[in-house]
Amino acid sequence: MKKRGLGTAVLALLILWQLASWAVHKPILPGPVIVIQTFFNELGNGLAAHFWVSMWRVLVSMFLAVVLAAPAGLALGQSQRLNHLISPIIYLLYPIPKVVFIPIILLFFGIGNLPKIIIIFLILFFQILVLVRDSAANIEPKTILSVRSLGAGRRALFRYVYFPATLSPILTALRQSVGTAVAVLYIAELFATQKGLGYYIYLNGNTLFNYPAMYAGVIAMSLLGLGLYFAVDWLERRLCPWKFVQ
Amino acid sequence: MVQLTNLTFAYHHAAPVFANFDWQAADGEAWAVLGPSGCGKSTLLYLLAGLRQATGGKIEIGGEILRQPRPRTGLILQDYGLLPWMTAVANINLGLEIRRFYGPDGKHAPDDDDLADHAGRVAYWMERLRLTPHADKYPAQLSGGQRQRVAIARTLALNPDLLLMDEPFSSLDAPTRESLQKLTLDLRREQRLTTVIVTHSIEEAAVLGKKILLLKQPPNETAVVIPNPGAADPDFRQQPEYFALCGRLREMMA
Repeated sequence: MKKRGLGTAVLALLILWQLASWAVHKPILPGPVIVIQTFFNELGNGLAAHFWVSMWRVLVSMFLAVVLAAPAGLALGQSQRLNHLISPIIYLLYPIPKVVFIPIILLFFGIGNLPKIIIIFLILFFQILVLVRDSAANIEPKTILSVRSLGAGRRALFRYVYFPATLSPILTALRQSVGTAVAVLYIAELFATQKGLGYYIYLNGNTLFNYPAMYAGVIAMSLLGLGLYFAVDWLERRLCPWKFVQ
Repeated sequence: MVQLTNLTFAYHHAAPVFANFDWQAADGEAWAVLGPSGCGKSTLLYLLAGLRQATGGKIEIGGEILRQPRPRTGLILQDYGLLPWMTAVANINLGLEIRRFYGPDGKHAPDDDDLADHAGRVAYWMERLRLTPHADKYPAQLSGGQRQRVAIARTLALNPDLLLMDEPFSSLDAPTRESLQKLTLDLRREQRLTTVIVTHSIEEAAVLGKKILLLKQPPNETAVVIPNPGAADPDFRQQPEYFALCGRLREMMA
């Protein structure tokens, strides 16, 4: 993505927002200038703290999901027998919208960070597991044969073929699910917490009716999603440069 | 060099591809294995590479019974041989990298391998196969001919004595294919390699095989060998013997 294209897109969205705000002309849709002012004022007023809490929750979930799902996906992708055994379970669990488990997870894990991390983790875990499993299973058998003919045993195959082959699907899975993760974070933070952007947005929008602050929270949440998306994108370009060559 | 005795091989729950099959190749010979698809020629190559195990009989290479891939055997496949996430130079270095990974244990790497001289070998083969300008390109950025040269360089950097090739040039255009066939002949002479090239192309077998092993629909029980001493001649392709041989092979395959 070109930097100039991004700048133009941001400007276009801000203009549309301003026009819509003029058209609606009600407190529930303040214009971008007042919201951005409020955003910077609110940063020192607790918004920054809410932002860090939310970011920390997503990052920990992402980390746990990668650390647990990637090896599991690799194992399933490498062993047909194991895959035949476990696949039906994944097949059943994967399409279930994990958000519906929020009340149950809250009941089991109580208040605090843990239930929020678990719910985001569950979503990311299955995405990464399935993508890594499929890409490990779809490595061309001839690639494996030719690397084995160079002397590679199981350990070297893992090091030189399976591990690098799964790096890209891990990052793809993360990039695809960052949006969902932040959306679910919002929902998770509506319950049993007084920290996090979800709580902040809901509090200002539905309890305090401080709409500019609510929109400032929305901006913070968008920045969180965008930041994570760009970070994963950057990592992919650094770690998988071969995917971006012409 | 290579000795098959009573070789029998069948895929799981399938009719045998080879049944009590005998065949041998002497040191430094250039063999082409020719046959229609499904005749078992690639299977033979994977058996020789130690990537598949015979269900009966034995395969000896260099006087030793083959039970797993042998460090001094090189294998070059038609496609998919290169790792897409490695640059050309990293791909060429891969076999040596794997040897360093295990150390000279005699199983994954020859026990007399000189690890110190690896960088020099990579540089030599890059230069010899005119790949130096493409060192930092990924396989997706290389032409088919360049990719196959990378695969050849990667294999020859391991100092093999037996080179196995499975349809190595069949996806390339005619001029590239002919230049790589010539390169293969030159390298075989230079490196005193025993080569076994599997192909479905009569012309390729005639150019590259000083001896041609013809396989038919399985089970293959006896080795049909056609001598072809002319293959060593660089101008063989223009000579009447070449056309006569191609005609004869075509009849035998029909």
